[in-house]
Amino acid sequence: MASVFEYAPAPESRSVVDIAPSYGLFIDGEFAEAADGKVFKTVSPSTEEVLSEVAQAGEADVERAVKAARKAFEKWSALPGSERAKYLFRIARIIQERSRELAVLETLDNGKPIKETRDADLPLVAAHFFYYAGWADKLDHAGYGANPRPLGVAGQVIPWNFPLLMLAWKIAPALATGNTVVLKPAETTPLSALFFADICRQAGLPKGVVNILPGYGDTGAALVAHPDVNKVAFTGSTAVGKEIARTVAGTRKKLTLELGGKGANIVFDDAPIDQAVEGIVTGIFFNQGQVCCAGSRLLVQESIHDELLDSLKRRLSTLRLGDPLDKNTDIGAINSAEQLARITALAEQGEAEGAERWSPACDLPGSGYWFAPTLFTNVTQAHTVARDEIFGPVLSVLTFRTPDEAVAKANNTQYGLSAGIWTEKGSRILAVASKLRAGVIWSNTFNKFDPTSPFGGYKESGFGREGGRHGLEAYLDV
Amino acid sequence: MPTTAPTAHALADVTASDSTLRRFLHGLPGVDAVGLEARAASLGTRSIKTTAKAYAIDLAISMVDLTTLEGADTPGKVRALGAKAVHPDPTDRTTPTTAAVCVYPDMVAVAKEAVAGSGVKVASVATAFPAGRAALDVKLADVRDAVAAGADEIDMVIDRGAFLSGKYLKVYDEIVAVKEACGTSARLKVIFETGELSTYDNIRRASWLGMLAGADFIKTSTGKVAVNATPANTLLMLEAVRDFRAQTGVQIGVKPAGGIRTSKDAIKFLVLVNETAGADWLDNHWFRFGASSLLNDLLMQRQKLATGRYSGPDYVTVD
Repeated sequence: MASVFEYAPAPESRSVVDIAPSYGLFIDGEFAEAADGKVFKTVSPSTEEVLSEVAQAGEADVERAVKAARKAFEKWSALPGSERAKYLFRIARIIQERSRELAVLETLDNGKPIKETRDADLPLVAAHFFYYAGWADKLDHAGYGANPRPLGVAGQVIPWNFPLLMLAWKIAPALATGNTVVLKPAETTPLSALFFADICRQAGLPKGVVNILPGYGDTGAALVAHPDVNKVAFTGSTAVGKEIARTVAGTRKKLTLELGGKGANIVFDDAPIDQAVEGIVTGIFFNQGQVCCAGSRLLVQESIHDELLDSLKRRLSTLRLGDPLDKNTDIGAINSAEQLARITALAEQGEAEGAERWSPACDLPGSGYWFAPTLFTNVTQAHTVARDEIFGPVLSVLTFRTPDEAVAKANNTQYGLSAGIWTEKGSRILAVASKLRAGVIWSNTFNKFDPTSPFGGYKESGFGREGGRHGLEAYLDV
Repeated sequence: MPTTAPTAHALADVTASDSTLRRFLHGLPGVDAVGLEARAASLGTRSIKTTAKAYAIDLAISMVDLTTLEGADTPGKVRALGAKAVHPDPTDRTTPTTAAVCVYPDMVAVAKEAVAGSGVKVASVATAFPAGRAALDVKLADVRDAVAAGADEIDMVIDRGAFLSGKYLKVYDEIVAVKEACGTSARLKVIFETGELSTYDNIRRASWLGMLAGADFIKTSTGKVAVNATPANTLLMLEAVRDFRAQTGVQIGVKPAGGIRTSKDAIKFLVLVNETAGADWLDNHWFRFGASSLLNDLLMQRQKLATGRYSGPDYVTVD
């Protein structure tokens, strides 16, 4: 008998998903070439294998798509809410039926572990469509007065970290409220949005209600700037968000922005330590830390710093990094070479500024984009790794002595998207939570999502809320 | 290999009085039930296939305490059980033996004879099992009786009434006394009956109390109540032995008992061991399964891996 319990590889089958060699844009219910014939390649981050060639939308395509959405808006917005709900429920059920296929596809295109796409992303995607389907015929009771009206055409730009989930967050409330959509997925992860286009056809969704335009930043810029777009919704980096805010300023377009974050995960000395360690791991290593609400700053009460760090390091040593299609993989690939370069540069800066770097012993695969889970200790508020969003599996550990100091440090950031509080004392949870300037505050857990719960930020993390009843407001003329 | 010798360790002074002991046990980090159960569930999704599965099945067989604890037990029944422990699968002599057979004290001598020379240990549930509601003298007599008959291991139940009413030192003293009665020849497993302790905080406190008092093993339950071993309470106890070794250098074993019936479940528990306490516990000296019906499922799965086909209940022995 071997003396070590080695887990044999348990790869999910690739054959459940059929990726075509090329994909077009999805405009007015049809797949079409880009007007100028441009295409780009999408690769699998874990192997650098080219998965498919995708049409790249230009200004003329944005024009066509917005026109199609405008035309479809008349009929779609005039439908009774209960009719729109039928389509959304149908989409939600098709997503459930095809969830294995979509999970594998998302893992191939994004690099995140199948465990996460299968157990987190896809169930949430379906749940969002179900949830907003339920609202479609109850808008009179959403708290925005009787008969609230949709805005018109929504131009939506989404990121690469949760390609299908961000699509669901954007499209489900837009359709439920009677808007039509032109959505631009990220250039590194366009495939699941194109599969979603196919799902719209499968569900018999009227033509032009949903249009998908893969492309780069310039495609997004053209969409945001289009004069016939009534609502802009963006999730992505703060820098791009600021640019969009400038573009939209002075127009009548409604805008919501979900931008960066540098979430504080605060662990008090009376915390349930073992569960706090799990929460810290979930907070920063879920999706390789490529999460805007990641708990990337760990604030530990000084009295338990050493004990907690020992536990955390031991726990990180059990993380399994590798093939994202293996069901036992905890840490997958970084989404792109560019992102890997950014994480690498920021980590090097952390070292140069004197923070102490630590990673568990871990072999990185030969091809693809990989970054080992990393801790920085001896970090202070003055370090770059405590201020800048790294968007990777890098945790900065800071300490505090009193609850007031914890709150002051947690709030001392240009962002304000998420925070976590770990303590067994209920009154402390409430006292601290009420002082934190962050859109989402978790207590004794982290990175928990639910369609009924609103999500959004303060300060440079953006404005507006997605999810829950609050998420309807961004798509209604109220 | 770390020792289980009850040496004076870093925590000796916490048992000086009832109040120091209470302060210590209540000062242990709390347990968040939602988080604990979520972690146990997520480890349950590990996919164990092919060679890893074959390894895990053999390991699980070698960790089984094959048990008969019925009022109707007879020497014949115990001899049959002993034979099965020695040769779990008569059609395949490469099958590992189980760790032990577990019987009532009056059957220890019979069991000892049945497994003689095989390396299979004999465990006995002494101390007025399963209720534990007897005078300490009676419990100690029960233990001495079993040890004298040759028991290698004693499974004792704690006084849950005393524990729940906060008389921690009483529970501690009883465990110390039983450990003493075990002498140097028998290892002591302390059963908490976690289903009756009700909260995870209590299970963590009981684990530390047992370890402080000199338990060689901590064990979830008797198998005689509604809620027995669960992935969550076993995970919690694995955290306790891991932390105890980190503080004292003393390694303690863990035994989930009751309710583990399938190979799939057993493998999930082994994943918990592997990723919580670590590989040092993946051995039947440090981890056991208290289960009687589990063994047959392990054997059927083992035959399936060997032949590629499922056989059926008639291809494994009934007792």
